[in-house]
Amino acid sequence: MKLPLPPVPDALKPKPKRPGEAERVHPLDQVKEAGVATVDWVDERTSLSGGLRWVMFRKVPKGTNWFYTLGSASLFAFLSQAVTGVFLAMYYDPSITNAYESTRHLTNEVFLGEFVRGMHRWGSSVMVILVFLHMARTFFFGAYKYPRELNWIIGVVLLILTMTMSFTGYLLPFDQRSYWATVVGVNINGTGPLVGPFLSDFLRGGAEFGSTTLSRFYAIHMLLVPGGIAAMIGAHLYLVTRLGTTAPPWLRAKRSDEDAV
Amino acid sequence: MADGRKEPKSKYTLDRGMPGAFEGETVTRRHLMNLTAQGAGVVAVAAFALPALGFAAGSALFDRPPATWSPVGPPEDFSPDSYVPRVITAQHGIGQVGKTTAYVRRFNPEIDSPPNPPGIDNEFIALSTRCMHLGCPVRYIQAAQRFVCPCHGGVYDFRGDVEGGPPVRPLDHFYTRVSNGQVEIGPRYSVNSEFRRFPSYRDPGEDLDGIGQYIYPGRFSTPKKD
Repeated sequence: MKLPLPPVPDALKPKPKRPGEAERVHPLDQVKEAGVATVDWVDERTSLSGGLRWVMFRKVPKGTNWFYTLGSASLFAFLSQAVTGVFLAMYYDPSITNAYESTRHLTNEVFLGEFVRGMHRWGSSVMVILVFLHMARTFFFGAYKYPRELNWIIGVVLLILTMTMSFTGYLLPFDQRSYWATVVGVNINGTGPLVGPFLSDFLRGGAEFGSTTLSRFYAIHMLLVPGGIAAMIGAHLYLVTRLGTTAPPWLRAKRSDEDAV
Repeated sequence: MADGRKEPKSKYTLDRGMPGAFEGETVTRRHLMNLTAQGAGVVAVAAFALPALGFAAGSALFDRPPATWSPVGPPEDFSPDSYVPRVITAQHGIGQVGKTTAYVRRFNPEIDSPPNPPGIDNEFIALSTRCMHLGCPVRYIQAAQRFVCPCHGGVYDFRGDVEGGPPVRPLDHFYTRVSNGQVEIGPRYSVNSEFRRFPSYRDPGEDLDGIGQYIYPGRFSTPKKD
Protein backbone atom coordinates (compact mmCIF):
# COMPACT_ATOMS: atom_id res chain seq x y z
CA MET A 1 0.00 0.00 0.00
CA LYS A 2 1.34 3.40 -0.88
CA LEU A 3 0.84 6.17 1.64
CA PRO A 4 -0.23 9.57 0.32
CA LEU A 5 2.63 12.09 0.29
CA PRO A 6 2.37 15.01 2.70
CA PRO A 7 1.47 18.33 1.07
CA VAL A 8 4.62 20.01 -0.26
CA PRO A 9 4.83 23.71 -1.20
CA ASP A 10 5.11 24.30 -4.93
CA ALA A 11 8.59 25.80 -4.65
CA LEU A 12 9.93 22.51 -3.29
CA LYS A 13 8.17 20.24 -5.76
CA PRO A 14 10.41 18.68 -8.37
CA LYS A 15 10.06 20.61 -11.58
CA PRO A 16 9.34 18.75 -14.79
CA LYS A 17 12.25 18.37 -17.12
CA ARG A 18 12.54 20.95 -19.85
CA PRO A 19 12.98 19.81 -23.39
CA GLY A 20 16.63 19.43 -24.32
CA GLU A 21 17.81 19.60 -20.72
CA ALA A 22 20.29 17.03 -19.40
CA GLU A 23 19.12 14.43 -16.87
CA ARG A 24 18.74 16.16 -13.50
CA VAL A 25 20.62 14.70 -10.55
CA HIS A 26 18.33 13.82 -7.69
CA PRO A 27 19.39 15.54 -4.41
CA LEU A 28 19.56 12.16 -2.67
CA ASP A 29 22.00 10.94 -5.30
CA GLN A 30 24.07 14.06 -4.77
CA VAL A 31 24.31 13.31 -1.06
CA LYS A 32 25.24 9.70 -1.79
CA GLU A 33 27.88 10.87 -4.25
CA ALA A 34 29.36 13.25 -1.69
CA GLY A 35 29.56 10.47 0.87
CA VAL A 36 31.26 8.09 -1.53
CA ALA A 37 33.68 10.83 -2.56
CA THR A 38 34.61 11.52 1.08
CA VAL A 39 35.18 7.85 1.85
CA ASP A 40 37.24 7.54 -1.33
CA TRP A 41 39.29 10.58 -0.36
CA VAL A 42 40.16 9.03 3.03
CA ASP A 43 40.72 5.56 1.60
CA GLU A 44 43.04 6.84 -1.13
CA ARG A 45 45.26 8.38 1.54
CA THR A 46 45.07 5.63 4.20
CA SER A 47 44.11 2.36 2.48
CA LEU A 48 41.84 1.78 5.48
CA SER A 49 39.35 -0.27 3.48
CA GLY A 50 41.82 -3.13 3.15
CA GLY A 51 42.29 -3.30 6.93
CA LEU A 52 38.57 -2.98 7.47
CA ARG A 53 37.91 -5.86 5.08
CA TRP A 54 40.58 -7.87 6.90
CA VAL A 55 38.80 -7.30 10.20
CA MET A 56 35.16 -7.55 9.13
CA PHE A 57 35.06 -10.20 6.40
CA ARG A 58 36.69 -13.16 8.09
CA LYS A 59 36.02 -16.83 7.72
CA VAL A 60 34.01 -18.08 10.65
CA PRO A 61 33.94 -21.76 11.58
CA LYS A 62 30.82 -23.84 11.42
CA GLY A 63 28.97 -24.06 14.72
CA THR A 64 29.69 -20.49 15.80
CA ASN A 65 26.98 -19.64 18.32
CA TRP A 66 25.82 -17.07 20.84
CA PHE A 67 28.64 -17.94 23.28
CA TYR A 68 31.02 -16.31 20.80
CA THR A 69 29.45 -12.92 21.52
CA LEU A 70 30.73 -12.77 25.11
CA GLY A 71 33.99 -11.14 24.02
CA SER A 72 32.18 -8.34 22.19
CA ALA A 73 29.87 -8.03 25.19
CA SER A 74 32.90 -7.51 27.45
CA LEU A 75 34.23 -4.94 25.01
CA PHE A 76 30.96 -3.02 25.04
CA ALA A 77 30.82 -3.19 28.84
CA PHE A 78 34.28 -1.58 28.84
CA LEU A 79 33.17 1.10 26.36
CA SER A 80 30.14 1.87 28.51
CA GLN A 81 32.37 2.14 31.59
CA ALA A 82 34.74 4.43 29.70
CA VAL A 83 32.02 6.79 28.47
CA THR A 84 30.10 7.01 31.76
CA GLY A 85 33.39 7.30 33.65
CA VAL A 86 34.55 10.26 31.58
CA PHE A 87 31.33 12.12 32.35
CA LEU A 88 31.35 11.18 36.04
CA ALA A 89 34.82 12.73 36.20
CA MET A 90 33.29 16.06 35.20
CA TYR A 91 31.45 16.24 38.53
CA TYR A 92 33.66 14.17 40.83
CA ASP A 93 36.28 15.78 43.06
CA PRO A 94 38.95 13.37 44.34
CA SER A 95 39.85 15.43 47.41
CA ILE A 96 39.65 13.69 50.75
CA THR A 97 37.25 16.24 52.24
CA ASN A 98 35.09 16.70 49.15
CA ALA A 99 34.89 13.28 47.49
CA TYR A 100 31.83 12.05 49.40
CA GLU A 101 30.05 15.39 49.01
CA SER A 102 30.72 15.58 45.26
CA THR A 103 29.50 12.00 44.84
CA ARG A 104 26.34 12.83 46.76
CA HIS A 105 25.86 15.95 44.66
CA LEU A 106 26.27 14.20 41.32
CA THR A 107 24.01 11.35 42.42
CA ASN A 108 21.18 13.35 43.95
CA GLU A 109 21.21 16.74 42.29
CA VAL A 110 22.72 16.52 38.82
CA PHE A 111 20.25 15.76 36.02
CA LEU A 112 20.47 12.02 35.17
CA GLY A 113 23.31 11.74 37.70
CA GLU A 114 21.83 8.78 39.51
CA PHE A 115 21.31 7.00 36.20
CA VAL A 116 24.79 7.59 34.82
CA ARG A 117 26.45 6.72 38.13
CA GLY A 118 24.22 3.66 38.35
CA MET A 119 25.33 2.55 34.89
CA HIS A 120 28.96 2.89 35.95
CA ARG A 121 28.45 1.27 39.34
CA TRP A 122 26.41 -1.72 38.14
CA GLY A 123 28.22 -1.83 34.82
CA SER A 124 31.43 -2.63 36.65
CA SER A 125 29.87 -5.80 38.05
CA VAL A 126 28.44 -6.62 34.64
CA MET A 127 31.88 -6.25 33.10
CA VAL A 128 33.50 -8.58 35.66
CA ILE A 129 30.76 -11.17 35.10
CA LEU A 130 31.04 -10.94 31.30
CA VAL A 131 34.83 -11.21 31.42
CA PHE A 132 34.52 -14.33 33.56
CA LEU A 133 31.91 -15.89 31.25
CA HIS A 134 34.12 -15.05 28.26
CA MET A 135 37.04 -16.75 29.99
CA ALA A 136 34.89 -19.78 30.82
CA ARG A 137 33.77 -20.01 27.18
CA THR A 138 37.38 -19.89 26.01
CA PHE A 139 38.35 -22.55 28.53
CA PHE A 140 35.52 -24.99 27.94
CA PHE A 141 35.73 -24.64 24.15
CA GLY A 142 39.48 -25.24 24.30
CA ALA A 143 40.02 -21.97 22.46
CA TYR A 144 43.19 -21.23 24.47
CA LYS A 145 45.16 -23.97 22.70
CA TYR A 146 47.84 -23.56 20.04
CA PRO A 147 48.20 -21.09 18.38
CA ARG A 148 46.09 -18.95 20.69
CA GLU A 149 48.05 -19.26 23.95
CA LEU A 150 49.32 -15.69 23.77
CA ASN A 151 45.77 -14.42 23.44
CA TRP A 152 44.86 -16.34 26.60
CA ILE A 153 47.77 -14.68 28.40
CA ILE A 154 46.67 -11.23 27.21
CA GLY A 155 43.18 -12.13 28.40
CA VAL A 156 44.53 -12.96 31.87
CA VAL A 157 46.26 -9.57 31.95
CA LEU A 158 42.94 -7.98 30.98
CA LEU A 159 41.19 -9.88 33.78
CA ILE A 160 43.72 -8.61 36.32
CA LEU A 161 43.39 -5.05 35.00
CA THR A 162 39.59 -5.34 35.26
CA MET A 163 39.94 -6.44 38.88
CA THR A 164 42.29 -3.50 39.51
CA MET A 165 39.62 -1.20 38.11
CA SER A 166 37.03 -2.68 40.47
CA PHE A 167 39.36 -2.35 43.45
CA THR A 168 40.43 1.23 42.79
CA GLY A 169 36.95 2.39 41.78
CA TYR A 170 35.42 1.05 44.98
CA LEU A 171 37.19 3.69 47.08
CA LEU A 172 36.07 6.69 45.05
CA PRO A 173 32.58 7.35 46.55
CA PHE A 174 34.49 7.61 49.84
CA ASP A 175 31.77 6.43 52.18
CA GLN A 176 32.35 4.16 55.17
CA ARG A 177 32.07 1.03 53.06
CA SER A 178 34.61 2.26 50.48
CA TYR A 179 37.02 3.38 53.17
CA TRP A 180 37.07 0.17 55.18
CA ALA A 181 36.96 -2.08 52.12
CA THR A 182 40.05 -0.28 50.83
CA VAL A 183 41.81 -0.55 54.21
CA VAL A 184 41.16 -4.29 54.12
CA GLY A 185 42.12 -4.62 50.44
CA VAL A 186 45.41 -2.76 50.84
CA ASN A 187 46.26 -4.87 53.88
CA ILE A 188 45.59 -8.05 51.90
CA ASN A 189 48.17 -6.77 49.39
CA GLY A 190 50.49 -6.23 52.34
CA THR A 191 50.46 -9.89 53.32
CA GLY A 192 52.50 -10.83 50.25
CA PRO A 193 55.93 -11.86 51.46
CA LEU A 194 58.86 -9.41 51.06
CA VAL A 195 57.26 -7.08 48.51
CA GLY A 196 53.83 -6.92 50.20
CA PRO A 197 54.63 -4.23 52.78
CA PHE A 198 56.17 -1.99 50.14
CA LEU A 199 53.29 -2.60 47.74
CA SER A 200 50.77 -1.45 50.32
CA ASP A 201 52.86 1.63 51.11
CA PHE A 202 52.95 2.37 47.40
CA LEU A 203 49.17 1.99 47.09
CA ARG A 204 48.46 4.20 50.10
CA GLY A 205 51.12 6.73 49.22
CA GLY A 206 52.59 6.28 52.69
CA ALA A 207 52.41 4.28 55.89
CA GLU A 208 48.92 5.53 56.72
CA PHE A 209 45.75 5.89 54.72
CA GLY A 210 45.92 9.60 53.95
CA SER A 211 45.26 12.46 51.61
CA THR A 212 47.31 10.99 48.77
CA THR A 213 45.60 7.60 48.87
CA LEU A 214 42.40 8.81 47.26
CA SER A 215 44.09 10.82 44.48
CA ARG A 216 46.44 7.89 43.84
CA PHE A 217 43.53 5.48 43.47
CA TYR A 218 41.74 8.00 41.27
CA ALA A 219 44.75 8.38 38.96
CA ILE A 220 45.20 4.61 38.75
CA HIS A 221 41.48 4.14 38.15
CA MET A 222 40.98 6.72 35.43
CA LEU A 223 44.37 7.13 33.73
CA LEU A 224 46.76 4.25 34.27
CA VAL A 225 44.60 1.14 34.04
CA PRO A 226 42.11 2.26 31.32
CA GLY A 227 45.05 3.03 29.04
CA GLY A 228 46.46 -0.42 29.73
CA ILE A 229 43.09 -2.07 29.12
CA ALA A 230 42.60 -0.23 25.83
CA ALA A 231 46.05 -1.23 24.61
CA MET A 232 45.57 -4.84 25.68
CA ILE A 233 42.14 -5.00 23.99
CA GLY A 234 43.84 -3.79 20.81
CA ALA A 235 46.37 -6.62 21.00
CA HIS A 236 43.63 -9.11 21.91
CA LEU A 237 41.50 -8.15 18.91
CA TYR A 238 44.50 -8.15 16.57
CA LEU A 239 45.26 -11.73 17.53
CA VAL A 240 41.61 -12.77 17.19
CA THR A 241 41.58 -11.34 13.67
CA ARG A 242 44.95 -12.81 12.82
CA LEU A 243 44.23 -16.32 14.11
CA GLY A 244 40.48 -16.55 13.63
CA THR A 245 38.05 -18.20 16.01
CA THR A 246 37.81 -21.86 16.89
CA ALA A 247 34.99 -24.23 16.08
CA PRO A 248 33.07 -25.53 19.09
CA PRO A 249 34.54 -28.76 20.49
CA TRP A 250 31.52 -30.88 19.55
CA LEU A 251 32.29 -30.39 15.86
CA ARG A 252 34.91 -32.85 14.64
CA ALA A 253 37.31 -31.89 11.90
CA LYS A 254 36.63 -33.88 8.75
CA ARG A 255 39.46 -35.73 7.13
CA SER A 256 39.67 -35.02 3.40
CA ASP A 257 39.02 -38.69 2.54
CA GLU A 258 35.82 -38.56 4.58
CA ASP A 259 34.36 -35.91 2.31
CA ALA A 260 33.41 -38.45 -0.29
CA VAL A 261 31.42 -40.56 2.15
CA MET B 1 78.49 -11.66 -3.92
CA ALA B 2 76.65 -14.94 -4.16
CA ASP B 3 79.47 -16.94 -2.60
CA GLY B 4 80.17 -14.13 -0.09
CA ARG B 5 77.30 -15.45 1.95
CA LYS B 6 78.79 -18.86 2.30
CA GLU B 7 82.19 -17.72 3.56
CA PRO B 8 82.14 -16.35 7.10
CA LYS B 9 82.93 -12.66 7.05
CA SER B 10 86.06 -11.46 8.77
CA LYS B 11 85.40 -9.44 11.90
CA TYR B 12 87.92 -6.83 10.77
CA THR B 13 86.50 -4.06 8.61
CA LEU B 14 89.81 -3.82 6.79
CA ASP B 15 89.57 -7.41 5.60
CA ARG B 16 86.06 -6.80 4.35
CA GLY B 17 87.31 -4.03 2.11
CA MET B 18 85.26 -1.25 3.66
CA PRO B 19 86.23 2.24 2.52
CA GLY B 20 88.02 4.18 5.24
CA ALA B 21 88.63 1.08 7.37
CA PHE B 22 91.77 1.01 9.46
CA GLU B 23 93.92 -1.57 11.15
CA GLY B 24 92.19 -3.56 13.93
CA GLU B 25 88.77 -1.91 13.51
CA THR B 26 85.92 -4.35 14.26
CA VAL B 27 82.92 -2.08 14.86
CA THR B 28 81.51 -0.83 11.61
CA ARG B 29 80.36 2.76 11.40
CA ARG B 30 76.83 1.63 10.68
CA HIS B 31 76.91 -0.54 13.80
CA LEU B 32 78.29 2.32 15.87
CA MET B 33 75.64 4.76 14.67
CA ASN B 34 72.96 2.18 15.36
CA LEU B 35 74.13 1.70 18.94
CA THR B 36 74.47 5.46 19.43
CA ALA B 37 70.96 6.20 18.19
CA GLN B 38 69.39 3.42 20.25
CA GLY B 39 71.42 4.36 23.31
CA ALA B 40 70.23 7.95 22.94
CA GLY B 41 66.67 6.64 22.83
CA VAL B 42 67.18 4.64 26.02
CA VAL B 43 68.67 7.67 27.75
CA ALA B 44 65.77 9.87 26.60
CA VAL B 45 63.15 7.40 27.87
CA ALA B 46 64.99 6.89 31.16
CA ALA B 47 65.23 10.66 31.57
CA PHE B 48 61.47 10.93 31.98
CA ALA B 49 60.52 7.42 33.13
CA LEU B 50 62.89 7.11 36.09
CA PRO B 51 62.00 10.45 37.69
CA ALA B 52 58.31 9.69 37.14
CA LEU B 53 58.63 6.30 38.84
CA GLY B 54 60.64 7.79 41.69
CA PHE B 55 58.01 10.50 42.05
CA ALA B 56 55.23 7.90 42.26
CA ALA B 57 56.94 5.50 44.65
CA GLY B 58 59.68 7.45 46.44
CA SER B 59 57.82 9.51 48.99
CA ALA B 60 55.36 6.66 49.57
CA LEU B 61 58.16 4.26 50.50
CA PHE B 62 60.70 6.56 52.18
CA ASP B 63 59.00 9.65 53.62
CA ARG B 64 57.76 9.39 57.17
CA PRO B 65 55.86 12.14 58.94
CA PRO B 66 57.55 13.47 62.09
CA ALA B 67 56.48 11.90 65.38
CA THR B 68 53.67 13.82 67.05
CA TRP B 69 52.45 13.55 70.63
CA SER B 70 48.75 14.06 71.38
CA PRO B 71 47.59 14.83 74.94
CA VAL B 72 44.65 12.61 75.96
CA GLY B 73 43.94 13.74 79.53
CA PRO B 74 45.40 13.80 83.05
CA PRO B 75 46.82 10.56 84.54
CA GLU B 76 43.84 10.27 86.96
CA ASP B 77 41.57 9.48 84.01
CA PHE B 78 43.09 6.04 83.51
CA SER B 79 42.83 2.93 85.68
CA PRO B 80 44.76 -0.35 85.44
CA ASP B 81 41.55 -2.42 85.13
CA SER B 82 39.74 -0.85 82.21
CA TYR B 83 40.40 0.93 78.96
CA VAL B 84 39.33 4.46 78.08
CA PRO B 85 38.87 5.24 74.37
CA ARG B 86 40.60 8.40 73.17
CA VAL B 87 40.45 9.84 69.67
CA ILE B 88 43.77 11.14 68.43
CA THR B 89 44.78 12.73 65.15
CA ALA B 90 47.23 10.46 63.40
CA GLN B 91 47.43 12.65 60.32
CA HIS B 92 46.77 16.37 60.29
CA GLY B 93 44.90 18.36 57.67
CA ILE B 94 42.63 15.65 56.25
CA GLY B 95 39.65 15.86 58.59
CA GLN B 96 37.93 12.78 59.95
CA VAL B 97 40.02 10.40 57.87
CA GLY B 98 43.17 11.35 59.76
CA LYS B 99 41.70 10.46 63.16
CA THR B 100 42.16 7.15 64.94
CA THR B 101 41.12 5.71 68.28
CA ALA B 102 43.46 4.50 71.02
CA TYR B 103 42.43 2.51 74.10
CA VAL B 104 44.40 3.77 77.08
CA ARG B 105 44.94 2.28 80.54
CA ARG B 106 47.47 2.37 83.33
CA PHE B 107 50.29 -0.18 83.44
CA ASN B 108 49.24 -3.20 85.50
CA PRO B 109 52.25 -5.06 87.00
CA GLU B 110 50.12 -8.14 87.69
CA ILE B 111 49.38 -8.89 84.05
CA ASP B 112 51.79 -6.80 82.00
CA SER B 113 55.25 -8.09 81.30
CA PRO B 114 57.98 -5.72 82.50
CA PRO B 115 58.75 -3.03 79.95
CA ASN B 116 61.42 -3.96 77.45
CA PRO B 117 63.56 -1.92 77.09
CA PRO B 118 62.90 -0.20 80.43
CA GLY B 119 61.46 3.28 80.16
CA ILE B 120 58.91 2.48 77.48
CA ASP B 121 55.28 1.96 78.44
CA ASN B 122 56.09 1.78 82.11
CA GLU B 123 53.17 3.93 83.19
CA PHE B 124 50.45 3.86 80.56
CA ILE B 125 49.53 1.43 77.86
CA ALA B 126 47.79 2.61 74.71
CA LEU B 127 46.49 0.09 72.19
CA SER B 128 45.60 0.81 68.58
CA THR B 129 42.10 -0.15 67.42
CA ARG B 130 43.51 -1.49 64.14
CA CYS B 131 42.59 -5.19 64.01
CA MET B 132 45.68 -7.20 63.15
CA HIS B 133 43.78 -9.37 60.71
CA LEU B 134 43.08 -6.82 57.96
CA GLY B 135 42.74 -3.47 59.68
CA CYS B 136 39.10 -3.04 60.71
CA PRO B 137 38.48 -1.11 63.94
CA VAL B 138 38.15 -3.28 67.08
CA ARG B 139 35.93 -2.33 70.03
CA TYR B 140 36.66 -2.93 73.70
CA ILE B 141 33.87 -4.64 75.63
CA GLN B 142 34.33 -4.18 79.36
CA ALA B 143 31.87 -6.91 80.41
CA ALA B 144 33.94 -9.50 78.58
CA GLN B 145 37.26 -7.67 79.02
CA ARG B 146 37.92 -8.42 75.38
CA PHE B 147 38.53 -6.55 72.14
CA VAL B 148 36.23 -7.71 69.36
CA CYS B 149 36.51 -7.00 65.65
CA PRO B 150 33.25 -6.61 63.69
CA CYS B 151 34.63 -7.67 60.31
CA HIS B 152 35.84 -11.24 60.60
CA GLY B 153 35.43 -12.05 64.29
CA GLY B 154 38.89 -11.46 65.69
CA VAL B 155 39.00 -11.53 69.52
CA TYR B 156 41.79 -10.12 71.74
CA ASP B 157 42.20 -10.49 75.49
CA PHE B 158 42.65 -7.64 77.98
CA ARG B 159 46.33 -7.22 77.12
CA GLY B 160 45.55 -7.10 73.41
CA ASP B 161 46.87 -10.60 72.75
CA VAL B 162 45.05 -12.72 70.15
CA GLU B 163 42.51 -15.04 71.71
CA GLY B 164 40.51 -16.15 68.71
CA GLY B 165 39.77 -15.59 65.06
CA PRO B 166 42.10 -14.76 62.19
CA PRO B 167 44.41 -12.00 63.59
CA VAL B 168 48.09 -12.87 63.31
CA ARG B 169 49.55 -10.83 66.17
CA PRO B 170 48.50 -8.74 69.19
CA LEU B 171 47.10 -5.25 68.78
CA ASP B 172 49.63 -2.53 67.99
CA HIS B 173 50.75 -0.21 70.80
CA PHE B 174 51.42 3.51 70.94
CA TYR B 175 54.34 5.00 72.82
CA THR B 176 53.09 6.93 75.86
CA ARG B 177 54.59 9.58 78.11
CA VAL B 178 53.47 12.08 80.71
CA SER B 179 54.17 15.69 79.88
CA ASN B 180 52.81 18.89 81.47
CA GLY B 181 50.44 16.85 83.63
CA GLN B 182 48.91 15.14 80.59
CA VAL B 183 49.24 11.63 79.29
CA GLU B 184 50.48 11.89 75.70
CA ILE B 185 50.22 9.35 72.92
CA GLY B 186 53.01 9.15 70.39
CA PRO B 187 53.94 6.96 67.40
CA ARG B 188 52.72 3.42 66.89
CA TYR B 189 54.78 0.25 67.22
CA SER B 190 54.01 -3.40 66.64
CA VAL B 191 54.51 -6.37 68.96
CA ASN B 192 54.72 -10.07 68.25
CA SER B 193 52.98 -12.77 70.28
CA GLU B 194 55.72 -12.55 72.95
CA PHE B 195 55.12 -8.78 73.15
CA ARG B 196 58.52 -8.09 71.67
CA ARG B 197 58.59 -4.56 70.32
CA PHE B 198 58.99 -3.81 66.59
CA PRO B 199 59.57 -0.05 66.36
CA SER B 200 58.79 0.05 62.63
CA TYR B 201 55.12 -0.80 62.83
CA ARG B 202 53.85 -3.34 60.35
CA ASP B 203 50.56 -3.37 58.52
CA PRO B 204 47.79 -5.66 59.72
CA GLY B 205 47.94 -9.23 58.48
CA GLU B 206 51.72 -9.36 58.72
CA ASP B 207 52.82 -12.06 61.12
CA LEU B 208 55.82 -11.16 63.28
CA ASP B 209 56.61 -14.56 64.81
CA GLY B 210 59.23 -16.91 63.43
CA ILE B 211 59.78 -16.39 59.72
CA GLY B 212 57.18 -13.60 59.64
CA GLN B 213 59.60 -11.03 61.04
CA TYR B 214 61.88 -11.62 58.04
CA ILE B 215 59.38 -11.93 55.21
CA TYR B 216 57.59 -8.78 56.37
CA PRO B 217 60.46 -6.31 56.63
CA GLY B 218 60.05 -2.96 58.35
CA ARG B 219 59.86 0.32 56.52
CA PHE B 220 63.02 2.05 55.39
CA SER B 221 62.59 4.81 57.92
CA THR B 222 60.17 5.32 60.76
CA PRO B 223 59.55 8.27 63.01
CA LYS B 224 61.86 8.44 66.00
CA LYS B 225 60.36 8.24 69.43
CA ASP B 226 61.02 11.93 70.04
